[in-house]
Amino acid sequence: MNRKPIPLSPYYRSLTRNMVLLVMVISLTPMLLVTGIILDQFSTSHHEKVYAHLGELVLKHKQNIDSFLDEKVQNIRFLADSIDFGRVGQAVMIAEDLSRLQGAYGTVFVDLGVVDENGQQAAYAGPFKLEKADYADADWFKKAIDRPCYISDVFLGLRGSPHFIIAVRKTWQDRKWIIRATIDFLSFNGLVERVRIGETGFAYILNREGQFQTKPIFDFIPTLDIYIRYFSTLERMGKEVEIQERLDGTGVKSLYVSALLKGGDWLLVYKQASSDAFSDLRNAQIIAVIIFVFGGIAIVTMAVWMSGKMVRRIATSDNEKEIMNQQVIETGKLASIGELAAGIAHEINNPVAIMFEEANWLRDLIEDGAYKDEADIQEFERALNQIRTQGLRCKEITLKLLSFARKTDSRIEDLDIGHLIEELMALSAQRAKYSNIELVTRIEHDLPTLSASYSELQQVFLNLINNAMDAMDKTGGTLEISAKQEEGQILIGVTDNGPGIPKANLGRIFDPFFTTKPVGSGTGLGLSICYGIIEKMGGGITVKSALEVGTTFEIRIPVKTGEGQDNQTVAEPDTCN
Amino acid sequence: MTQMKLLLVDDESDFLNTLLKRMKRRNVEVQGVGSGESALAWLKTHATDVVILDVRMPGMDGIETLREIKRHFPLTEVIMLTGHASMEVAIEGMEMGAFDYLMKPMDMDELLYKAEDAFKKKNIHEGKIQQMAQQLR
Repeated sequence: MNRKPIPLSPYYRSLTRNMVLLVMVISLTPMLLVTGIILDQFSTSHHEKVYAHLGELVLKHKQNIDSFLDEKVQNIRFLADSIDFGRVGQAVMIAEDLSRLQGAYGTVFVDLGVVDENGQQAAYAGPFKLEKADYADADWFKKAIDRPCYISDVFLGLRGSPHFIIAVRKTWQDRKWIIRATIDFLSFNGLVERVRIGETGFAYILNREGQFQTKPIFDFIPTLDIYIRYFSTLERMGKEVEIQERLDGTGVKSLYVSALLKGGDWLLVYKQASSDAFSDLRNAQIIAVIIFVFGGIAIVTMAVWMSGKMVRRIATSDNEKEIMNQQVIETGKLASIGELAAGIAHEINNPVAIMFEEANWLRDLIEDGAYKDEADIQEFERALNQIRTQGLRCKEITLKLLSFARKTDSRIEDLDIGHLIEELMALSAQRAKYSNIELVTRIEHDLPTLSASYSELQQVFLNLINNAMDAMDKTGGTLEISAKQEEGQILIGVTDNGPGIPKANLGRIFDPFFTTKPVGSGTGLGLSICYGIIEKMGGGITVKSALEVGTTFEIRIPVKTGEGQDNQTVAEPDTCN
Repeated sequence: MTQMKLLLVDDESDFLNTLLKRMKRRNVEVQGVGSGESALAWLKTHATDVVILDVRMPGMDGIETLREIKRHFPLTEVIMLTGHASMEVAIEGMEMGAFDYLMKPMDMDELLYKAEDAFKKKNIHEGKIQQMAQQLR
């Protein structure tokens, strides 16, 4: 069997939507918060870790390079002390020194030379033919002649290949001599080249003019002013390592870790693309996002599915409740009709008794043979008329009863509340007469028509009238029903001056099966049915009662306007006194 | 034995009048009134043996009237007339000392038999009271 789901009404659709939203907000918010906070914390600590690691790394290499340079300077100094300047002209001597150096420290030292204070190379040993070279105009010479020792920037020099020089000044026989050694660029470069982390991390050295002192692995042109800023920042702050994150020349966000070298002449820079440096963080973020997306999809799916299922179940149970209510109303209707029937049976009994007596009277007359003279015939006619009159009276009563019973369906129709009340009052008139109850109706003219079920409203007022009459059965009194229009509502009051309802019972009178009547006399459903019917119409029913003064039931029913019903005033029965 | 004196109490005057006519035609000495109050007023001034009393009446209803009659005229017998719907009231009336009850519409002969019985009972009661009064004397 392929059962098609019943389409839900707008009420249930909005209920579903609210439930879905609520579940989503409640589930996703903590998830979002937890993920966000953890990611943020992780990001912070990861940044700190990476910064610390890179700072440490760069610092270590700075110290390495510094100590390498220091060591080379010490080597040359040591050598310079042992040089006999008297034999400077003999190339053999220098060559010995060079081979001693190379023997002790490897091929770091490429060549060795002695330069006099005029810039003339007095002695040279090495692979290049630089004997008698003139350094008088060389930049390094001008600087070296003024200091005890000097390390030059990398330059091409006379030999035409990148190198740098370590120069130590020596004074012999009142003349200044400079012992200079060339450091193998490749082995120096190796110190920096070894600094490789990840895919994009590499290091290089710049001088104050922003020129490379090493050969960077990736070819690029450094932006001079930025590096000058590094120099000044590091000097000003007195820090050993400076870490910055910014866009590089090609627009890739990169980490720059820098430290000063060589007493502030050079700058060691370590550069790594941020994405590479924080790749662990990135992975964690990607995993978090994936989990969040899948979790979110699962939550949304569950929310939609569960809410739909639940609302459908609610709709079904509402529907069942509606059917049940209908049955209870039907039962209550039978009960109130039964009560009414007892009164009406008596009402019919009276004319029947009269007809019976008249018929017997006629028989008496016939038995006596009294049907000849004028007076007898007149008596006959009177009796027959009386039977006819009483017959009509019976018919009237049965018609009233029929018109009440015929309207049993709960179809919504436009109805005149005044007419309905008058009709019910007429039905109850006989009972009222015997209970010494005066019936008063005060119904405003031109009341708007209500859109409601005739039979249900009948039941409401019949119940209230019956209750009021029961209350005044022994004592007699006045039952007043008033109806008026007020703020788009019809206000109907049912007032009796019976004994009133004790306060203890007042809160419970609308509860189903609550009754103060002896067992078998009342179902306890009357008022709860009234409440149900009026509330279903979007109205309200309240009760006011004072002992020995009387009870008033007040019913408000919204008048149907063009835009539908307004349900704003539903009185709670429990809150009334 | 003296003639039985009846009082008929019913608020439906059509019913009352026809019943009175039929009874009178049977030579019953009967009077009719339309309410409990007038019944009590009548009883004060007229000796009456049996009261036939409708239970449901506006104003003073049958039960109240019965109570008053039994209080002021304890020897007067009362027969209740009820509709079908008020059986409980009839029983209540019997408990309060009514002689019997009949349901409307009732058969004339049955009503008169019951009235005769009630009258006899009343006479017996009166006889006993007179005997006791003589013995006490």
